[in-house]
Amino acid sequence: MTGGLVLEGVRIALENRELLTLDKAVAPGEVLTVMGPSGSGKSTLLSFIAGFLTAPFLATGRVLLDGADITHAPPEARHVGLLFQDPMLFPHLSVGGNLLFGMPAGRPVRKTRAAEALARFGLEGFADRDPATLSGGQASRAALLRLLLSEPRAALLDEPFSKLDRHLRADIRSFTFERLREAGLPTILVTHDAEDAEAAGGPVVELAL
Amino acid sequence: MLLTRRLTFLAFPLLLAAAVASSVAPARADSPAAEWSRVLDAAKGQTVYWNAWGGDPRINAYIAWAGEQVSERYGVELVHVKLTDTAEAVARVLAEKSAGRNEGGAIDLIWINGENFAAMKRNGLLHGPWIEALPNHNLTDPANSPDLALDFGVPVEGLEMPWARARLVFYRDEAVLPEPPRSSDALLAWAKANPGRFTYPLPPSFLGTTFLKQVLLERASSVDALYRPVAEGDFASVTAPLWDYLDALHPHLWRQARSFPANAGAMRRLMSDGEIDIAFAFSQSEATAGIESGELPETVRNYVFDAGTIGNVSFLAIPFNAAHRDGAMVLANFLLSPEAQLRKQDPEHWGSATVLDLEELTPEQAKAFREMDLGPAAIPADRLGAMLAEPHPSWTDALEEEWNRRYAVR
Amino acid sequence: MLRAAPYLVAAILAGPVAAGALGALVPSFGFLPALGHDAFGLAVWRDLLSWPGIGGSVLLSFASGIVTAGLSLALAMLFLAVFFETRAFIWLRKAIAPLLAVPHAAAAFALAFLIAPSGFLARLLSPWATGWQRPPDLLIVQDELGLSLMAGLVMKEVPFLLLVALAPLAQIHAVERMRMARALGYGRIAAWFKTVVPALYPLLRLPIYAVIAYSSANIDVALILGPVSPPPLAVQVLRWSNDPELDYRLIAAAGAVLQFGVTAAAIALWVAAERILITLGRGWIESGNRTLAEQGLGLLGRVLFPALLLSAGLGILALGLSAFARVWRFPDPFPSRWTLEHWQSVGDTASGPLGATIWIALAATGLSLALVLAMLENERRTGRRAGRALELVFYLPLLVPQIGFLFGLVLLAELIGIAPGGGLVAAGHVIFVLPYVYLTLSESYRRLDPAWSRLARTLGHSESRVFWKVTLPMVFTPTLAAFAVGLAVSIGQYLVTRLLGAGRLDTVTTEAIALAAGGDRRLIGAWALTQAVLPVLGFALALAAPRLLWRHRRGMLGAVQ
Repeated sequence: MTGGLVLEGVRIALENRELLTLDKAVAPGEVLTVMGPSGSGKSTLLSFIAGFLTAPFLATGRVLLDGADITHAPPEARHVGLLFQDPMLFPHLSVGGNLLFGMPAGRPVRKTRAAEALARFGLEGFADRDPATLSGGQASRAALLRLLLSEPRAALLDEPFSKLDRHLRADIRSFTFERLREAGLPTILVTHDAEDAEAAGGPVVELAL
Repeated sequence: MLLTRRLTFLAFPLLLAAAVASSVAPARADSPAAEWSRVLDAAKGQTVYWNAWGGDPRINAYIAWAGEQVSERYGVELVHVKLTDTAEAVARVLAEKSAGRNEGGAIDLIWINGENFAAMKRNGLLHGPWIEALPNHNLTDPANSPDLALDFGVPVEGLEMPWARARLVFYRDEAVLPEPPRSSDALLAWAKANPGRFTYPLPPSFLGTTFLKQVLLERASSVDALYRPVAEGDFASVTAPLWDYLDALHPHLWRQARSFPANAGAMRRLMSDGEIDIAFAFSQSEATAGIESGELPETVRNYVFDAGTIGNVSFLAIPFNAAHRDGAMVLANFLLSPEAQLRKQDPEHWGSATVLDLEELTPEQAKAFREMDLGPAAIPADRLGAMLAEPHPSWTDALEEEWNRRYAVR
Repeated sequence: MLRAAPYLVAAILAGPVAAGALGALVPSFGFLPALGHDAFGLAVWRDLLSWPGIGGSVLLSFASGIVTAGLSLALAMLFLAVFFETRAFIWLRKAIAPLLAVPHAAAAFALAFLIAPSGFLARLLSPWATGWQRPPDLLIVQDELGLSLMAGLVMKEVPFLLLVALAPLAQIHAVERMRMARALGYGRIAAWFKTVVPALYPLLRLPIYAVIAYSSANIDVALILGPVSPPPLAVQVLRWSNDPELDYRLIAAAGAVLQFGVTAAAIALWVAAERILITLGRGWIESGNRTLAEQGLGLLGRVLFPALLLSAGLGILALGLSAFARVWRFPDPFPSRWTLEHWQSVGDTASGPLGATIWIALAATGLSLALVLAMLENERRTGRRAGRALELVFYLPLLVPQIGFLFGLVLLAELIGIAPGGGLVAAGHVIFVLPYVYLTLSESYRRLDPAWSRLARTLGHSESRVFWKVTLPMVFTPTLAAFAVGLAVSIGQYLVTRLLGAGRLDTVTTEAIALAAGGDRRLIGAWALTQAVLPVLGFALALAAPRLLWRHRRGMLGAVQ
């Protein structure tokens, strides 16, 4: 039994048309980059791994995480974290509230830990802030922090840097990959930006239409 | 098959028990006093749902007062179900009968008369006879008050308790119209001279149809026919003078008779707004109340037609399936008491004429009735003129249908 | 449990309607054993069709359904075209809630007093401008063609259509469509009708059918503003069912069935016209014509919208003045003597009805909201939207004329043996409240990006926790709006309250309408305002609460809603 995220004979089809097949293992701390044009099924793959695939898509194969088969587990039991194009900080919660919402319940001193984590990410004193008042870079960091504090065992990144300003993108990108690597998370990155793939530094899979 | 048999099986012992019970019961009837005290006992704690027209806050207040009194004195609670139309209550009882609810009905007492009573009586929707059990019933001197025994010509037969006398009276602002037209002919002449200043409520509203009857009673070729079921007479020839009259009148009515006020209240509002000069009501107190509330000018006065005006009695009836008959009877008896009737006649509270026979009261009570100030608009009782009895209720629908046929279609 | 929600809702709505319809259909063929009619036949229908004036009644109901819907839709679209994304648009949004909150009967009464020859406008202008010392004998209110009736209906239906049209504007990207079209050189009005309306109309279709149904079959407004003889069909049916001669119940039942037919025919005609217009419209859209009477229509919209607000405002003001008037004779512009008597009379009797109104409205709306949320949440989880047929069922109570099925409903309740009373009334209100709650909430709910709940689940939260912690707070604002609409609908119910409560349960509306029968405008004014206060409060709360609650959450203000 190996650690990390294993995709075993994964096939995804839209009705009768096959979209992709994939057989890959992503080791802890490694980033697998999936590239391809729109409509090639990149995001569908992430939905499948996270547990949201719905009709009319059909999938076969297995997803193993740290040796456990999570193919049929409900999304909340998979411990797979997601980052989207938008930071998607819940607008009805404060920045701190977003972090606490992500952290597992029943841990001691959750608030203190959240505050310390914010400080580590250069967001000191942001706990009570309205997410709508954050800059793009701040929001991205908060979203990443929320993901990490939720103690996932793998991370899925759906073009997370595509909406960022050019001058921010490189910084945020390297910041994100460093943190994910530190946390030792097997990561799958979906993108159509070659720079992203390069910065990720891991294996690359090209999907065709 | 099996089901029927099982039901018979169940029913048989019940029937047997009932038979035994009735044979065991004492043969002699209780004295009226004992019977009434049984009613009083049974009524205690009951809540009576009294369905009565709720369009006049003063009447509503009077009913609320009656509720406080019976609650204090007899432990009977009263809920006034405020109707916009008495027929709503009739419809309710009908729905209950349709659904087979033969007891525990939602309505305990209805303020009713005329066509509604005739319809309920004919369809077996009423409880009774019950009014002779009321101690206060004798105060109406039933033996010598034939008008209380008939409701629009239909024998009451103890199924409803007389409650209030009503008379059709006209009213106008004396300052504007000192000499009002006092006959249907004079009214027509006046309307021609003053186009658009008179109207009547739309039939089949109660007061609208009453106006038709008033004119008909004055002009019909045979008044006797009006007191027999309409089917027995020649409707067309009896009513021809009415339609001739209306044909002549309508072009001179408010809005050229292209529209009519919906009911008595809407007509009073037209009077208040200065749109018309003559209105009418089924009560002397309507104009007085209007003056006192500021709705009508202070110089408004009632008047009647020389040949008399229609009068009637309104009653209280108990539906066949009423859940709280005893409470309803206790309430009805209280409403017939000199105290309650006196307050009802007082224009301060309502201003509706009593059904009691003053000869049956104590001298002080009778004096209080006789000396009551009926308000600024009222005509003293001795100058109220002849009372014309309501035609047989079957005429109501016939008149309304014919009116509709002639004037509703354009 | 959640999965059953749509079917539960369908049953709650369709069951009573079907039972009620049956209760009208059976007597219309001569079967009403309680009155001794136990043979089926067509005699009732013959009586009905030979009733004098029945043709006029039918025509009137039919026309007021079609004309009201057409005018209301045209005006609503015009107002949006003229004001969309202007500063006045904010005012338009704000005006909708209070306009919607005023109960139909109160609005009709206000309009009647405003435009009557002895009404408020005439009093303001007399005698100095008109020379009238006495009101002129002009048939304005309750005119034979039903124009005042339709005007009264339009006044209430325009805000309703605006409300349902505003909700999906973001969903159909109205802003982008407009900008794109304007950039291509289209005038504002032409751009709206050519690029936004084609996307918007399909979403308005069912609400418009509801408007047709209401306008062709309503009673409250028709009694006050409709012609009296022949009256609109629904009023005639009411007269029959209130006739002391009980055999008229049979004709009333047939009339109710006929009313259903008239409403269905009006909707059918609309659907046919809609098809033709869509076909013709396509050619027009592609014609390349850049303008649509831009100046004329622009002016019309800028005049008519304030006129609508002004007449509503003046009407309510007139009613308010009446409520404090002791003496107010024509042609005095204002009461000459004032009094608080009418309010005292309201105060003396209102406390009981007020309490009943509130608890019934809260219960009915709460239950409706719970059911609608359950249904929408189920839809979100399964990813399957309710079928077209099922959705039609949600609108059934709005499409079927009330007068048609309520008698049957009472019969049904009696047969089942449910005692009339508050519980039954609240349940009855659900039938009418639920469709409106669904109507106001469903678009916003569906528009919520599913990514939010997915994200929350990847953070380790179960579906039900996500519903309570993420979905519900994020649709809190539209949920409150739906709640306010539901309250207003419940508070305005008259017939259901009377029939299912056996008249034992007084609400402010039943009180107001009972006293309206007495005809004293001053008292009616006081009650109408009392009746309007509760829904206005509801709407005010629905508007204010999110602003207060989310004052530190900018993303919640404007993002959703």
